[in-house]
Amino acid sequence: MLRFIGRRALYAIPLLLVIVVLMFSMLHLIPGDPVQALVGDYPVPPAYRQAIEEKYRLNDPFLVQVGNYLANVVQGDFGFSYQNQRTVLSLILERAPRTILLAAVSFGLAIPLGMLIGIACGTTRHPGVDKFWTTTALIAYAIPTFWLGQLFVMFFALKLGWFPTQGIGPMVSRTQGFAWVLERIRYLALPVMAFGIHEGMRIARIMRASVIDTLSQGYIVTARAKGLGRGQIIRSHVLRNSSLPLVTIAGYAFGHALGGAVLLETVFTWPGLGLLLVDAIRLRDNMTVVGVVIFSAIAVVVMNLVVDLLYAMLDPRIRTMR
Amino acid sequence: MNASPVLLDVRDLKVHLRVGPVLVKAIDGVDFQVRHGECVGIVGESGSGKSTMARAVTRLMPNVAIGELSGRLTFDGRDILGMPDAELRRLRRGRGFSMIFQDPLGYLNPTQRIGRQIGEALARDAGAGADQARIRTLLDEVGLPDPANIARRYPHELSGGQRQRVMIAIALASDPQLLFADEPTTALDATVQLQVLQTLYRLHRERNMAMAIITHDLGVVAELCDRVYVMRAGKVVESAETVTLFENPAHDYSRRLIELSTRRHTRGAGA
Ligand SMILES: Nc1ncnc2c1ncn2[C@@H]1O[C@H](COP(=O)(O)OP(=O)(O)OP(=O)(O)O)[C@@H](O)[C@H]1O
Ligand SMILES: [Mg+2]
Repeated sequence: MLRFIGRRALYAIPLLLVIVVLMFSMLHLIPGDPVQALVGDYPVPPAYRQAIEEKYRLNDPFLVQVGNYLANVVQGDFGFSYQNQRTVLSLILERAPRTILLAAVSFGLAIPLGMLIGIACGTTRHPGVDKFWTTTALIAYAIPTFWLGQLFVMFFALKLGWFPTQGIGPMVSRTQGFAWVLERIRYLALPVMAFGIHEGMRIARIMRASVIDTLSQGYIVTARAKGLGRGQIIRSHVLRNSSLPLVTIAGYAFGHALGGAVLLETVFTWPGLGLLLVDAIRLRDNMTVVGVVIFSAIAVVVMNLVVDLLYAMLDPRIRTMR
Repeated sequence: MNASPVLLDVRDLKVHLRVGPVLVKAIDGVDFQVRHGECVGIVGESGSGKSTMARAVTRLMPNVAIGELSGRLTFDGRDILGMPDAELRRLRRGRGFSMIFQDPLGYLNPTQRIGRQIGEALARDAGAGADQARIRTLLDEVGLPDPANIARRYPHELSGGQRQRVMIAIALASDPQLLFADEPTTALDATVQLQVLQTLYRLHRERNMAMAIITHDLGVVAELCDRVYVMRAGKVVESAETVTLFENPAHDYSRRLIELSTRRHTRGAGA
């Protein structure tokens, strides 16, 4: 098992290197002055210009530049955001936890919700139950999250006034303890609902198909022949086996979400990585753009690693594979 | 010759399946009996309804649209077709009927250890410690060496023959009076086939357990079975003592089956 983890982690490293090199090369493809490409559309004082040229070895051959940039990134130096007057790393470290919070709470609700609906649909003996949820899931999944988010804002925030329309709440809060938690929840509620419903319905659809497939397997016949009851068969033979495809898809979606949900964060002005990326692109704050993209790539790669491990834990056949 | 009382009695069984717009008469009026402690063979060409009959009788029908399911089915004097689910489950858990299948890999759960899959089939009247002992005894009984080790493994870590022996152990866990075996050795190598069949036969004798073996191999029938049913297109065309069938087949179809299989056997010996 440990060897399995080690090998998977080793595979991830070259992938990340390729991504970093690719991103740096793209910066190079921006036509015009390379210093401006790095800094963005800001007037650059000569002293700063010289510092940039030295730091990024802009007068050396391309390969040296790439190697130099890689070395920087490995040390956690993603550059400096001229626009924000802060290091890109500190920006990411400030924004990432908010995006992670939004994604984690959304998936934390979506996974049990989706699994429950999927299992109910896949195992029910009443075709009506299956039809109702299948249709509901199809419709809910087809609605884009940002649009669902806007509907929620219009209804729950503007009309009913139950929740704030946007943001993550005051930076310095006067509330404490339980009241503080409640305040956070009020701000989280609408984006989480929009995101969670969307992902939950996706999970429900996968789970349903997977449960139906599992139920058609031979070992379910064996379980029936053993004289096990319905509930027992579902608990000990259907649940785990039909969760396998879910791990892959939900894990990948979660990794994706860690990179920032651009449209959702825009709708709710949720100051996470997605919003940071949009602002950086708009203002041609290229170092920040590259930093966020590399962070997203790391998030996806790490989540894929976690998915592989979970999969190996759930499916003994993978573990013994050489 | 076996004169014990009838254990399984099937009269005029009909199983009609809806496959899209057509009605497939998979079983169309079959009479079938198994006596206590008897070994019965069921032969017939592919699609003649052998598996469907076994699954209808054990109430393990696949999830297909059933057009008609009728007949009089009694096991040990109890009506099976109309039996409530709870009673059926009790019958499967103790002194009832079990079944083993052609493809043991597909019929074992890939994510669970062997020991657990056997333990699940045991009647829950003893503690976990006693269960472990019974699991090991069962594995030993079906001819698997080092039972403690096998119990800890997953299905994919076993050979085909070992898997089929595990399936047999699962089937035996409820101490059944009747074991259905649907082509139990078709998926195995020739040498392993023989060993598994010998094991089945030994268990049949030792436990005085009735068996119904579905097979394409008339050689198997000749070796193991007291009586044979020959099926064709959802009907039983002939049922006879094994000796009688081989010496004096009443039906043309049976004669052709026997000719085919002896020809195959002599050719196999000559090669
Ligand atoms: N799940 C199913 N869906 C549709 N038709 C089926 C199904 N199972 C069996 N049948 C039909 O029922 C008939 C009998 O099939 P069955 O599997 O019982 O035959 P068999 O004698 O066991 O054949 P084989 O020797 O190939 O195993 C066939 O015509 C088959 O097409
Ligand atoms: Mg068959």
